[in-house]
Amino acid sequence: MNNSLYDRQQPQRWSLTKALSMIHLDALLLLGILTLLAAGLVILYSAGDQSSAILIRQLIRISTAFLILLLLANIHPDRMRDSAYWLYGFGLVLLVAVLIFGHEGKGAQRWLNLGFFKFQPSELMKLAVPLLVASYLAERPLPPTALRLLVSLVMIIVPSVLIAKQPDLGTALLIASSGLIVVFLSGIRWRIILGFIGLSTAALPVLWYVMHDYQRQRVLTFLNPESDPLGAGYHIIQSKIAIGSGGMFGRGWLDGTQSHLAFLPERTTDFIFAVISEEFGLVGVVLLLIFYLLVAGRGIYIASQAQTSFARLFAGSISLTFLVYVFVNVGMVTGLLPVVGVPLPMISYGGTSMVTLLAGFGILMSIHTHRRMMSP
Amino acid sequence: MSSHSELKNHFHEGRIVNDRLIFSALLAGILFIALIGRLIVLQVVEFEHFDSLSERNRVDISSIPPQRGLIYDRNGVLLAENIPTFSLEITPENVPDIDDTLQQLAALFAMTDEDMLDAKERIKQQRRFRQVVLKERLTEEEVAVFSVNRHRFPGVDVVGRLIRHYPQGALFAHTVGYVGRINEQELQVIDQHNYKGTMQIGKTGVEKQYEELLHGKVGYQQVETNVQGRIVRQLNSMPSVSGQDLFLHLDINLQRIASEAMADFNGSIVALDPKTGGVLAMISKPDFDPNEFVLGISSKNYAALRDSPDMPLFNRSLRGRYPPGSTLKPFVALAGLEAGVITENSKTYCPGWYTLPGQTHRYRCWKAHGHGPMDLKDGISQSCDVYFYDLANTLGIDRIHSFLDLFRFGRKTEIDLPGESTGLSPSKDWKRASRNKVWYPGETLISGIGQGFNQMTPIQIAHATAVLAMRGIDMSPRIARASRTTGQSELQLFPAQSYETLPIVNNRNWEAVIDAMVEVVHGKRGTARQIGENIPFKIAGKSGTAQVFGIKQNEKYDAKTLERNLHDHALFIAFAPAEDPQFVVAVVIEHGGSGSSLAAPIARKLIDQYFGTGSASE
Repeated sequence: MNNSLYDRQQPQRWSLTKALSMIHLDALLLLGILTLLAAGLVILYSAGDQSSAILIRQLIRISTAFLILLLLANIHPDRMRDSAYWLYGFGLVLLVAVLIFGHEGKGAQRWLNLGFFKFQPSELMKLAVPLLVASYLAERPLPPTALRLLVSLVMIIVPSVLIAKQPDLGTALLIASSGLIVVFLSGIRWRIILGFIGLSTAALPVLWYVMHDYQRQRVLTFLNPESDPLGAGYHIIQSKIAIGSGGMFGRGWLDGTQSHLAFLPERTTDFIFAVISEEFGLVGVVLLLIFYLLVAGRGIYIASQAQTSFARLFAGSISLTFLVYVFVNVGMVTGLLPVVGVPLPMISYGGTSMVTLLAGFGILMSIHTHRRMMSP
Repeated sequence: MSSHSELKNHFHEGRIVNDRLIFSALLAGILFIALIGRLIVLQVVEFEHFDSLSERNRVDISSIPPQRGLIYDRNGVLLAENIPTFSLEITPENVPDIDDTLQQLAALFAMTDEDMLDAKERIKQQRRFRQVVLKERLTEEEVAVFSVNRHRFPGVDVVGRLIRHYPQGALFAHTVGYVGRINEQELQVIDQHNYKGTMQIGKTGVEKQYEELLHGKVGYQQVETNVQGRIVRQLNSMPSVSGQDLFLHLDINLQRIASEAMADFNGSIVALDPKTGGVLAMISKPDFDPNEFVLGISSKNYAALRDSPDMPLFNRSLRGRYPPGSTLKPFVALAGLEAGVITENSKTYCPGWYTLPGQTHRYRCWKAHGHGPMDLKDGISQSCDVYFYDLANTLGIDRIHSFLDLFRFGRKTEIDLPGESTGLSPSKDWKRASRNKVWYPGETLISGIGQGFNQMTPIQIAHATAVLAMRGIDMSPRIARASRTTGQSELQLFPAQSYETLPIVNNRNWEAVIDAMVEVVHGKRGTARQIGENIPFKIAGKSGTAQVFGIKQNEKYDAKTLERNLHDHALFIAFAPAEDPQFVVAVVIEHGGSGSSLAAPIARKLIDQYFGTGSASE
């Protein structure tokens, strides 16, 4: 990972870079984010059947998210650490509130209607869980003791179960993984990790038992999509056709027949990757994946350069969770993973996840730009 | 802990996390390579498989055009129906080489170069992904020939559909009208959504007027199609709603009698039910076969119709502007009575001519030797021109105009058919506005006998006669009587449209005029007395002979020496029974000569047909 792109020692010719760091922004990360967002808008224009209304709404979301990025980048990481318990507690209260008063959308209770806007508390937990676990584990020397490990797991499992009950299995799994990544980074023994993996495999039948019918159906159709080509398997079949027919160079922007003849469901949101594949081909999607890796890579580099264990763990979790999002979405759309309803970060059309993502990048920038300039 | 160990501890922790970060980054790299591997499998290895799936994977939303409503006459005789036909159609976007395909098709179907050019022109104008018709009305043999050769012509198909057919041919050409291909202008106006899959639209007559009702609502089916574009299965559908059937007031028997009675003459006959305004018969001669227009008339045949001096496409009933001649006299007489300038018994002496005070010009009566003293009944029944010259002069043109206006002379009758003309009922204002000239008193005289500037359409004349017959009750002429929703047996009657009843000064005035019109048919000296026999009720009528050609002061009208197109128009208006009118008819025969000798017997034939009297009863 230590190639020249990430080398902060390289002579800084850009005064823009300096200017950006004055407002606690990281130039390289910003460049990567802007590239992905721009590509996202180009694709969304096609996927949304050239609707400028969709584009404008997405731009408004991006702008809002950028303000939050700017805000968080200027908050010292220590202040974030201090607020970890409060944010987590607040998030838990909201999750319970959603289960009781929540606003139903698409068969699931995820929204809390605050009158002027609808808020999805699970998005807050995407950051609050790794924040709390990182701050808790960093209180004492790493690697953590067994007791601390157990407490961390409870911190992770409680919100995940609450979210899974909404039911939003995809988000629950992502939040769990963002917490588990912190635990993994904290240096727990490999023996424990392997044991944990073994245990979860054994727990799969239990999971099957508590799952909702539609979730079971998704798993079943994932295992054999052709069994129900017009029902639950339709998404995966159509998405694979769209991707496969894109070939090496794609059909060209705005020319995807699968996308535009309305075969592809959810094509502006969860399945937008299939639109990219159909229109830009293998070359296009590999380029996109490389950009994701570059952005995450910069995040991992920032984590490795962080000056406190808390910052390392938190930054590492944010960067790696970002990659998990991409992997789960692409894996789902290409038929490698079951359909769990995870949007493609930075590109899918949709509100709160964009805010959470850019907030995460704001935190990364804050961690990187608030280092004390001391020689190691 | 000492600061040294703290530092060391910090360094140690950093190592732990960084090792794990490096491990995670490597793992992420591997997972992403797996993703790329998966993409390579889908997009490169299995590309052809998915590409063909994608090609095949087409959902077509095809429209189900509604069935056009049928049209019946008042007896339930079918006037417009839909019959199945096969046509050769091409979807240009699916054809690899249009020119080559067209040439091969031309050879197969014996199409001329002209047909080909025409087809190419239409292909150019057509919207994308819509079929263009190459050849209509394929024979069974042609359908078979194409089926055998179909594989050679991708994008070309034989399509079966229903087309409009008019089983009565020319008889209803000017009333029912016809449908034809939707043209550019119509495309701008119609709800294109509702016309998907429909190729025809009402162009004239009832077909145009009641287009919305007859057309119905389009339906849809969503189908999955295979590579060849053939339907594999239906996913979704919404049935179309057929257009409503229409029942007209027209009576096919009256139409036939009227059409036959006109023989070779040009002109128009309009018969009304005065109580409802229902149009019982409406004929405009010459006529044409509307079936020729349904699938697009050939330019040669169209030119022949368009350029014919007899103007068969011209709907004389609604648009023909004729001087009403003496048929206007009852209305002028009523104007005089109601205005109080004459009474039933006031007499005017007819020496055979009339001169305005201070002028020498002689306005002649049709009877050169004069009628002698004339009262109202004589003036109308013998159609004395001098009586009306004098009356018109007393009334003045503006009083005549405003009275005639009540009867909708010079105004549209608002019949439910498109293209009606307003006609012309002259006034001083009109002449000043349109010709920038003053009105001369002499013009009032000839206006008073229905000549001069007067131009009335047959529907106006018939309608005004109906108002007169109904003693002022003004029913709007209506051709459509009822509609019926497909699948139901009950008719929904259209309500009769009545306008404001005319202002009446004295009922006796109206009866006096009607009595005089009865005298026309049944009086000893009535101009149409030859039609007044052998009938159990009284007919009120008035003949008219309208000059087309100005006769100079000292010349005589001699039919034998004049070209036929300079002969007078023959007119006749009638209603019966006079005291309880149920049937009104107006006959206009171009260059037919005398109204009483030619037009009156035709009116009688229609009356006999309607009431089953006279020769019709035998």
